[in-house]
Amino acid sequence: MIDFTKQMKEEYTILCPDIFPTHMALFESIFRMNGYNFEVVRDEGKAVIDTGLKYLHNDMCYPAICSCGQLLYALESGRYDVNKTALLFFQTGGGCRASNYIFLLRKALKEMDLGFVPVISVSFSGLEKYSGFKITPGMLKAGFSSLIYGDMLLLLKNQTAPYETNKGDTDNVVKKWIDELSAQFRSGKGSSKKAIRKNLADMAADFHNIPREKKDLVKVGIVGEIYVKYSSFANRGLEKFLASQGCEYMIPGVTGFLQYCAANVETDHCYYGGSFLKLKIGALAEKILAKYEEYIIRTLKPYTEFVAPSPFEKVKELADTIIDRGVKMGEGWLLPGEIAELIEKGYPNVICAQPFGCLPNHIVGKGTIRKLRELYPDANIFPVDYDAGASAVNQENRIKLMLSIARDNKAARAGQAETDGQTERGETTDNATAEAAATVSENNDIEDNL
Amino acid sequence: MKRLGIDIGSTTLKAVITSEDGRILFSKYQRHLSRIPETATEVLSLVKEICNDEEVFVCLSGSAGMGVAESLDLPFIQEVYAEKTAVSRFYPDTDAVIELGGEDAKIIFLTGGFEMRMNGTCAGGTGAFIDQMATLMKLSPDELNELSKTHTRVYTIASRCGVFAKSDIQPLLNQGAKNEDVAAGIFAAVVNQTVAGLAQGRKIEGNVLYLGGPLTFLSELRKTFDEILGIKGTLPENSLFYVALGAALSKQEKSCKLSDIIKLFEKSSSLKKYESCPPLFKTEEDYEEFKLRHKRNSAGIAELDAPRGKVYLGVDAGSTTVKILLTDEKGNIIRPLYTPSVGKPIEIVLDYLKKLYEDFPDIEIAGSAVTGYGEEMIKNAFRIDNGLVETVAHYTAAKKFRPDVNFILDIGGQDMKCFKIRNDLIDQLFLNEACSSGCGSFLQTFAESLGYGVEEFAGLGLFADAPVNLGSRCTVFMNSSVKQAQKDGASVENISAGLSISVVKNALYKVIRIAKAEDLGKNIVVQGGTFLNDCVLRAFEQELGVEVIRPEFSALMGAYGAALYAQKLAKDKSTLITKDEIANFSHKVSNITCNGCGNHCNLTLNLFADGRRFIAGNRCSKPVTGEKTEASDDMYAYKLKLLANYVNTEHDDEKINIGLPLGLNFYELLPFWHEFFSELGFNVITSPFSDRKLYEYGQYTIPSDTICYPAKLIHGHIEALLREGADAIFYPDMSYNIDEKQGDDHFNCPVVAYYPQVIKLNVADVKKTKFISDFISLYDKKQFVKRIKAILKKHFPEKNFTAKQIGDATEAAYAEYAEYLESIRTEGEKYIEKAKATGKPVILLAGRPYHADPEINHGIHELISRLGAIVLSEDSVRPNHGKLDTNVRNQWTYHARLYNAAKFVANAPEDLDIHLVQLVSFGCGVDAVTTDEVRSIVESSGRLYAQIKIDEISNTGAVTIRLRSLMSVLELRKNKKI
Repeated sequence: MIDFTKQMKEEYTILCPDIFPTHMALFESIFRMNGYNFEVVRDEGKAVIDTGLKYLHNDMCYPAICSCGQLLYALESGRYDVNKTALLFFQTGGGCRASNYIFLLRKALKEMDLGFVPVISVSFSGLEKYSGFKITPGMLKAGFSSLIYGDMLLLLKNQTAPYETNKGDTDNVVKKWIDELSAQFRSGKGSSKKAIRKNLADMAADFHNIPREKKDLVKVGIVGEIYVKYSSFANRGLEKFLASQGCEYMIPGVTGFLQYCAANVETDHCYYGGSFLKLKIGALAEKILAKYEEYIIRTLKPYTEFVAPSPFEKVKELADTIIDRGVKMGEGWLLPGEIAELIEKGYPNVICAQPFGCLPNHIVGKGTIRKLRELYPDANIFPVDYDAGASAVNQENRIKLMLSIARDNKAARAGQAETDGQTERGETTDNATAEAAATVSENNDIEDNL
Repeated sequence: MKRLGIDIGSTTLKAVITSEDGRILFSKYQRHLSRIPETATEVLSLVKEICNDEEVFVCLSGSAGMGVAESLDLPFIQEVYAEKTAVSRFYPDTDAVIELGGEDAKIIFLTGGFEMRMNGTCAGGTGAFIDQMATLMKLSPDELNELSKTHTRVYTIASRCGVFAKSDIQPLLNQGAKNEDVAAGIFAAVVNQTVAGLAQGRKIEGNVLYLGGPLTFLSELRKTFDEILGIKGTLPENSLFYVALGAALSKQEKSCKLSDIIKLFEKSSSLKKYESCPPLFKTEEDYEEFKLRHKRNSAGIAELDAPRGKVYLGVDAGSTTVKILLTDEKGNIIRPLYTPSVGKPIEIVLDYLKKLYEDFPDIEIAGSAVTGYGEEMIKNAFRIDNGLVETVAHYTAAKKFRPDVNFILDIGGQDMKCFKIRNDLIDQLFLNEACSSGCGSFLQTFAESLGYGVEEFAGLGLFADAPVNLGSRCTVFMNSSVKQAQKDGASVENISAGLSISVVKNALYKVIRIAKAEDLGKNIVVQGGTFLNDCVLRAFEQELGVEVIRPEFSALMGAYGAALYAQKLAKDKSTLITKDEIANFSHKVSNITCNGCGNHCNLTLNLFADGRRFIAGNRCSKPVTGEKTEASDDMYAYKLKLLANYVNTEHDDEKINIGLPLGLNFYELLPFWHEFFSELGFNVITSPFSDRKLYEYGQYTIPSDTICYPAKLIHGHIEALLREGADAIFYPDMSYNIDEKQGDDHFNCPVVAYYPQVIKLNVADVKKTKFISDFISLYDKKQFVKRIKAILKKHFPEKNFTAKQIGDATEAAYAEYAEYLESIRTEGEKYIEKAKATGKPVILLAGRPYHADPEINHGIHELISRLGAIVLSEDSVRPNHGKLDTNVRNQWTYHARLYNAAKFVANAPEDLDIHLVQLVSFGCGVDAVTTDEVRSIVESSGRLYAQIKIDEISNTGAVTIRLRSLMSVLELRKNKKI
């Protein structure tokens, strides 16, 4: 392993692959604010995939090919001085082969005769230490808040864009907020509890104020392997495609994944024993994340046009009806839990986006669908495989089939509703803004000693 | 207003025009050979003739229709949905629909819970698969259908993907299996794939409708579906047009004049928006220069018109072609022949020899040798002096051509072989796995499916302006990539060039796994039939940025090497069949099943005029010698023998019968759990060792068709336990394995860890018994006792096991397990001592404990044993290196053993001739991490490494060739050293 030294911090550019849709820009600001010359690589396309395939084993999972490919492609592009560049990669660890990405990246660098390029691994278990790179408590705090902001922006964006009257309004508000939050981070602000509450409330109000048309769209949930489900590069613009097909879609936030990791500590303790300290840390992490999550839920409460996520406890309960929570590799029990939650939240059409041959997904994805259908007979769940070699035609065709069924089901339900003499869901209340203002103060009341 | 529905699939275009109320006025079915706009224009012009230039409602459907509709801004309806629309209209009392298309398979359940299913990314059992297989057999699909009618038996053929099926079919053909029976096997494979991949446990019954091209044209395919499903399906009128009909009948929002639609299509032909590679040749001059250079570089060996003096016969009976030639004593070539084998290599050699003797009655053949798939059979049929492995043949030929060669790449019809040569020794050996199919027959199949001859097709690509970037994946993916390219408007020229480039990328990045040209050395010789294709040769040079040498007789190098070999070994007189004997030559083939043991090999018996017999298809020597050779010094056989002690299928009415599935991690933990439960007073019953039947029992509940075969087999084991009447089935989840302190962690892979959950959620019948799938681990004995106590209490509260009972059982179980591992390791040490004493080579066949399952390893260890090597396994190597220093995260117990075994091989003393062959199950994602690492450890000390991918394929023909290559390299190295 090559150390990332203090001197490197001064001189080097740190490259990071583009993983999450709205969060990466915020991470960028946090790292920069803390003195790192941090840059997210956003190259896409077949050339990037080809670079991945060239240096990684071709049977390695698709997320590895894409994300490592992105970094290696950037190094080969000539845009960076390879002698003044480091790579950064997020790691989750655990029994899935994803814990090997960082090693494969280092191996690929060696093959490219770039073995001297330092690779920084960022993970919760803190496996490696570097003299010039450290995640400070301040950064961690800012990081957590940017997760919440990112999740909130993602949610609001997904629930506004399909309905906006003036095309582009939503994207503009998203952009405005990324700039605004970045500015706050740069001046060391934005991650206090108070700031989070205010920002979330202002965010919701801004999206609420975007003129909307009343539309009755097919609602689709997206779950899956964490990289493929969020990265439009990996899933070939899945969101764009769904938008073009006239759908509203919901992607559960990144926070859920962290909550899942934290919750596993307790299960592990029950099944395998271990130290009580670890158990305590896990419980504390769960508690902190639950608080953040509650901000979002509370903020959204007054807005009838926005569907808020369920508290994570609910996802755990739902997962328990499907699979044992000891299944902790990859997305583990979180994946069927999220599917159930989406269905219960009114998104009965679910795409399970997964890399071709993804090991945990054999179990938690395809393996749980039978049970989910048993529990939710109306559920319309389609696994879609993504791979460097698989063509978009195949994927889009499957999704189109899912949407055809979705529309049919919707029509059938509407017909049912009509005969029952029921009406569609309520409209946005006029005094939502007023209520939202009330929520801010309510949020302030949540006593949180984090 | 009339209604027009156009269904553009992967291979055909279907158009239907109906009256307003849906009566069919005209329909047309046409292959589009990827020229979609042109075909559409053609077909629509016909429509226009019939209904003048009326304004019609229009709607498109089909996988290729999707993109077209988008770019032309025409309405689109998803094909399965369209089909449902049409079925509801014309056959409203249908219960289920089965539709096979060019590259899709679909099932619609209309009653009892409406559901529509279509195949995922990876699916073989479709029209394209049948086309490919027919092509392989040099038949049309119709002829395949006709042949199947008179079959007498059905061969088991893997249908997961075309590549695997080929590995099953090719050897069958080469051994002389009857086309009729292979044809029936192909149809059965398609049906099994559809049932296993799509029905997934749901019964197909009631009124079943058959739709789509393959089911319309192939009566035997329908019959096979009827037989396997136990139904009588209906083929409705217009069965080809249901998707198009559904499109026509769909809620129409757009109407156009026909001439406007035609105009739209005409305009679309100029679209070009796919990702492309640089062209192979920009100008004619570039190409001429390239040709000249290769001609210059490959001169040196002359072709003579007639034999003079002593000559030597070389035959290369390859997988898809037969190559024959003679050489004189200087190594010049006489009478070269290169011809497709069409499953009839004997006839081809016979003709060659007949004509040879006719034309040159006084010819003096001083020696002969044969290589390739058909080696054994041809050698026997014509009494050829010597047989040699392809590797040696190719190496010999390349060296003659270029004595300083340091890298040879040979791409043949089905095989790819690469060797690196250092100090005159073959230093590294790369062989394509079953699933990297970028070989000659791959190009040929594509050429033919697009309606071209292979040479014509190759020629098209030379000056393609923007070759499609198709990536480097397997054929199945390639099919859909080509489909996508067609959709994006790529011309046939650009597809042809793109395919050639993908063959090269496959070889470089998937088989050889190379990133830099320098790694290959300076003198690179490429050969094999595939390199006759200038596009492939050019692509190879472009991709690596180097100039290579392609001998003029590129495709004949195997035969040439054989002839040179014959010359080297020539004695006074060749044993080759004489002129007189040729005249009376006859050859009869019959197929029998060997009942000598549980393997039930399908044998082909070849009978020759002089009464000699030749048997092929056998895994052991029993059908030949009459005795099954007792496996000796074979760790896999030894492990099976040990495990057999714990296998019990007898029910005991007095006790609680607890069932243990004999699959995945239970292959190692059986001694542990057997002892544990026996000690507590249970009667332990197990599922039997796997076989194909057991797999078939369980295949209906497999939820993921891309998971590894070992996991799929578990479904069969659970079914077996249910049938044996287990009162409870014990199959716990285990995130962690035992900790042998070899790595950073001690996980199980996700599949081994959590497969019990899949069983619980997908095998409905486990609810009928007590299915125990709680979480437990063995690495911490104290924690184990705590957990197992809770689990026993939960499931057998009435038993009230005391702490002492559980404690005793635990101690006994750990002891039994330790003893089991110890006996394997002690046995391993014995083998090694023996190897040192006798100088016998050792192959460390490294996999996982469950690779000992005979249905998983397909007897590969026996093959190695028969080739004269001692067989060790990865778990027979004592873990004694401490924490290993690896380039990858070493976190799985079973995989840590692989690295440990690799280190053991690398560190072995000089007098131990040990090398490593890694068994990799198809779909094992973890091995994408381990294989490169194991290879690099093994090769760091100059030992040989080879990888064998295994799946449900049962025919080991291709594997045999590879193993023999490996063994022959060992021999070459050994001789060299002496």
